[in-house]
Amino acid sequence: MPNFLYVFRGGMSSRTFSPKEMQESMQKWATWIQQLTKTGNFKAGDPLESGGKVVRGSRKVVTDGPYAETKDVVGGYLLISAANLDEAVELSRGCPIFDNDGSVEVRQIHQM
Amino acid sequence: MVDFRLQSARMTAALTRILGLHNLALAEDVVQDVLCRSVELWKFHPLPDDPTAWLLRAARNRAIDLIRAERTRLRFSPDLALQSEWTLSPTVNAMFSESEIADDQLRMMFSCCPPNLPPQAQLALVLKLLCGFGTSEIAAALLASDAAVEKQISRGKRTLMRAGALYEVSGREQIGKRLESVQRALYLLFSEGYHGSHEPVRAELCREAMRLCGLLAQHPACATPRTLALLALMCFHAARLPGRAAEDGSLLLLEEQDRSLWDRELIRRGFQIIDRSAEGEELSEYHLEAGIAAEHCSANSVRETNWARIVQLYDLLLALRPSPVVALSRAIAVGELRGPREGLDALAALPDRDRLDEYPFLPAAEGRLHLRAGDRAQAAESFRRALALARNPPEARLFEARLREADAPTCARPS
Repeated sequence: MPNFLYVFRGGMSSRTFSPKEMQESMQKWATWIQQLTKTGNFKAGDPLESGGKVVRGSRKVVTDGPYAETKDVVGGYLLISAANLDEAVELSRGCPIFDNDGSVEVRQIHQM
Repeated sequence: MVDFRLQSARMTAALTRILGLHNLALAEDVVQDVLCRSVELWKFHPLPDDPTAWLLRAARNRAIDLIRAERTRLRFSPDLALQSEWTLSPTVNAMFSESEIADDQLRMMFSCCPPNLPPQAQLALVLKLLCGFGTSEIAAALLASDAAVEKQISRGKRTLMRAGALYEVSGREQIGKRLESVQRALYLLFSEGYHGSHEPVRAELCREAMRLCGLLAQHPACATPRTLALLALMCFHAARLPGRAAEDGSLLLLEEQDRSLWDRELIRRGFQIIDRSAEGEELSEYHLEAGIAAEHCSANSVRETNWARIVQLYDLLLALRPSPVVALSRAIAVGELRGPREGLDALAALPDRDRLDEYPFLPAAEGRLHLRAGDRAQAAESFRRALALARNPPEARLFEARLREADAPTCARPS
């Protein structure tokens, strides 16, 4: 089965949440990932720290960043296996990020 | 399972003690940050074996890092040994012990209830700092707007911080007056849950009030007879919460409640605590209210209830703390004890009756007495007035049901 990468943008930060809202959001994510684990689709995943550096060009210039709009900042990723792109998209629909205005970019990992 | 709300309150209290009351906002930031980071992590990875200990450890480490980085620039709690690298970690570690965190929550509780802060603002602060509620959760609990709560909290925090340091809960003599205002705030918090809010906020507020009152009851200086009576009162009321609403959420009258749903364990605890509260001279309003609630809890039905004793306790309560709502409850008890006519007379003779003009349970009580007296037209009229005054859907459903009963062709209650 091919592997797919979910790239999460926006909707990750719980900075303005109350403790209870944070806990509820966490439980939703955990339930979704447990479900993907049970069906054998889940392979790996992590949240990303906010901020970082961008290295660019032949002179390898290092800048602070990424300074994109909040909704475009990558907040985490998931590696899953699915039969095809359609199934991978279908599985992403369960992601709680949509409750908070976030998005999931679904990309197939290139195979030889 | 980890409870973020509870742990956020505990961490806020401990960090405020370490960083100093003037750094309250900083302490809250650290808590928010610790919670956020663990949430992000636990979205993707399984919880550690003891997530609560993990959170507290994270907060403790953040505090140590912060103090190390900022101690030349910021001032922290001057009475703690935070300046020297030798004593920093052991000092902060000690402040995160269970008993210290319990004491810090007491300090915070007393700090939230200064006499110059209106009770409603004290409640908002307690919910924010000691219960870990967010602004909109407080607004929902207190039936206020988000903006109003926001304002109350920022103003409240300014008053709180003007004290310079967290309130020191020392001997019984020194804390006397402030303890009373803490008890009052917890009583209001519980009442807000018991009478004011909707499910499931209701149970949550009652639980929080009991948890905080339990902290008071565990501290030698705070475990006064009044505190114990207050805790007993909460036990007796909370025990009856499960039977108080029907499955559709509408409120049930005492006589309609399934008493087998009442929490026997809580009632047992209530009796244990009320026994302890009787040591000493003092007979406070909490003793009397707990006594009334205890009578209800120990009776098998409305009919078998010791109404004579209840009327007597209401008389004492009225003498101690006159209030139209208490007088109304007394009149209802008189109706149970001596019959509906006497009950109606007692209602008609209520002092300050006009203060209950907007209170739906006054016409509702009249309606029930009319119904028992066999005067169905009058009863229906009273329930219609109660319905017009209903403040929330459960109340409205309760009065609608009464109205249907009054309008129905057969009498529902033989007595």
